[in-house]
Amino acid sequence: MLGTGILKGMVETAKNFAGSYHDPERLTTVEYPEQRIAPKENARQFPMLIHDTEDPMKGLRCVACQICEKECPPQCIYIVKSKDKRADYKGQMQFYPATFDIDISVCMSCQICVEVCPFESIKMDTEFELSNTDRFGGLLIHKEQLAKSNEHYRKIHPADAAASDAVLAAEVAKAQAKAKADAEAKAAKAAAEAKAKADAAVAGTVPAPATSTAPQPTSPPAAPAA
Amino acid sequence: MAEVFQAIDQFPVTLKTWLLGHAAGVMPEWALPLLSAALSITPILAVFPLLFALTTVIERKGLGRIQNRRGPNRVGIPLTNIRLAGFGQFIADGIKSLTKEDIVPRSADKVVHFLAPIALLIPVLLTYSVLPFGRNMVPLDLPQTGLLFFFALGASTELSVFMAGWSSRNKYSLLGAMRAIAQMVSYEIPLILSALTVVMIAGTLSLSGIVESQAEVRFGFLHSWHLFTPWGLVGFFLFLTAAAAEANRTPFDLPEAESEIIAGYFTEYSGFKFAIFFLAEYLGLFAMCGLGITLFLGGWLPPFKFLGFIPSWCWFLGKLVALILLFIWLRGTLPRLRTDQLMGFAWKFLLPMTLINLFVAGLWHLSVTSVPMTVRWIGGFALLAIPYWLLGRGFEAKVGKREYRFAN
Ligand code: SF4
Ligand code: SF4
Repeated sequence: MLGTGILKGMVETAKNFAGSYHDPERLTTVEYPEQRIAPKENARQFPMLIHDTEDPMKGLRCVACQICEKECPPQCIYIVKSKDKRADYKGQMQFYPATFDIDISVCMSCQICVEVCPFESIKMDTEFELSNTDRFGGLLIHKEQLAKSNEHYRKIHPADAAASDAVLAAEVAKAQAKAKADAEAKAAKAAAEAKAKADAAVAGTVPAPATSTAPQPTSPPAAPAA
Repeated sequence: MAEVFQAIDQFPVTLKTWLLGHAAGVMPEWALPLLSAALSITPILAVFPLLFALTTVIERKGLGRIQNRRGPNRVGIPLTNIRLAGFGQFIADGIKSLTKEDIVPRSADKVVHFLAPIALLIPVLLTYSVLPFGRNMVPLDLPQTGLLFFFALGASTELSVFMAGWSSRNKYSLLGAMRAIAQMVSYEIPLILSALTVVMIAGTLSLSGIVESQAEVRFGFLHSWHLFTPWGLVGFFLFLTAAAAEANRTPFDLPEAESEIIAGYFTEYSGFKFAIFFLAEYLGLFAMCGLGITLFLGGWLPPFKFLGFIPSWCWFLGKLVALILLFIWLRGTLPRLRTDQLMGFAWKFLLPMTLINLFVAGLWHLSVTSVPMTVRWIGGFALLAIPYWLLGRGFEAKVGKREYRFAN
């Protein structure tokens, strides 16, 4: 009959109403500033920049390639590339961001910057208590505030951080293997050349300086493969 | 003892007479009616907006609990740790809406946009003038036209709703206003027809007269509220349904359906104008509840004669709060109707039911002396229950496998 459904629904809501008073288990929320729930692994708020060394500004992984700046849908990243270069985690010379700002009043937490970064350098943070009395300057986050250590990343997103560490380790291993291979190739080549020269010297015609082709320190390729 | 209770009961009236008596010496003759009016208005302006403020908090707490949340429980007395279980929230809300920027759309019709909230609030406040809040406590007793005055003012709110929707120059506002007009016009008819049964039986349009007509005592203890009759019981629920629609309460809150059209006709209102809309909406609901109490629930009369020592205005306020809680409970339970369901319900169910109810009330009145009580009760209920069942069949939710014509 018309109306029985309404009555059934009202009984249900009355049960919820009464139940929430005598059975705290039912309550799905906590009283926030005093009580907190454990952070969820998949939570994300705004991006952060990962660094590996003690000094955050020296160890930023970011190489200022500006891919994230171009890909960010609301265009809230602003990067100025450095003039000079410095060694990155692989010992390779790279640019670094002289300025790296994110306007978190515009950022929509879409994580696209994270997906496109080839250097495992920008990741999503879980910090959400970012309220500020300055609605313009205060919400423009600079690289000093953006820099977070890799330990922090491991703590908030263990699984993602492990994957990211594995990628970097593989990169380093690959670079080392390549350097080693290059060195061996060079050494082999040098040895071969030395041998050829020695053969020629034995022939007694060319008094050439055989040491000039000694192996030089190998320089890795300009940009590692992502 | 009886004198003490009577003194408490009549305290507002005595206070007013006393003040007027003292003012008569110092004030000129022509100012006395004005003072009398002001003295009648002041309690209304103090009590009902305060009730509105408390209702906003209670509603949010109640809805929270229904959804297994705590609801507001923080704001108490400023600069202290006293939280008052969150009942300071309305003050914070009031300050917030007072200090907010008042935004008027550039292409809005500024004058009409400004007038709309006022044009909504004033008629709503005027409806309170004819409600009897207690024994001898009716600010404006209209012996010939009380109920008519109430409905006339209630109908004029439609104009201001449309003013708001039209002047905002916003499609959502206009959609909301058009929904509101369609809904209010449709539900006005069952509202008035269900109230008409009481007028038929009581034989008067005066609201205090209608309360008096329920004062007769049955079986030595029970006041003869109109609710305690077959037509009164059905009429009360028909009235409540139509009143919910008139006051834009869930499940009839289509005009402001926030999940569909942002906020309906007050989409473009902010700051204090928005607060006035909000206030007027709730005051309209309270007035409707007050009218329902007067018509069916015996107004300021207690249900039982032996409870008569409790002041009459406490009874009125208590019943009002009970009805408000019922509406909050309904809001936490029911989803919103669709526009076609809304219209169908008004014209295909409420209207025939109110007409049948009028007929039953007529039979009840004619058979007062000739037919025994039990026969009248059973007959009256049968005459109402059968059409209710027949008409209601079409409105029951049909749960079955859904067919998606274009997906197959
Ligand atoms: S999360 Fe999305 S919006 Fe935010 S900075 Fe990254 S790409 Fe831009
Ligand atoms: S994509 Fe990565 S490395 Fe390139 S600028 Fe952005 S954060 Fe830095």
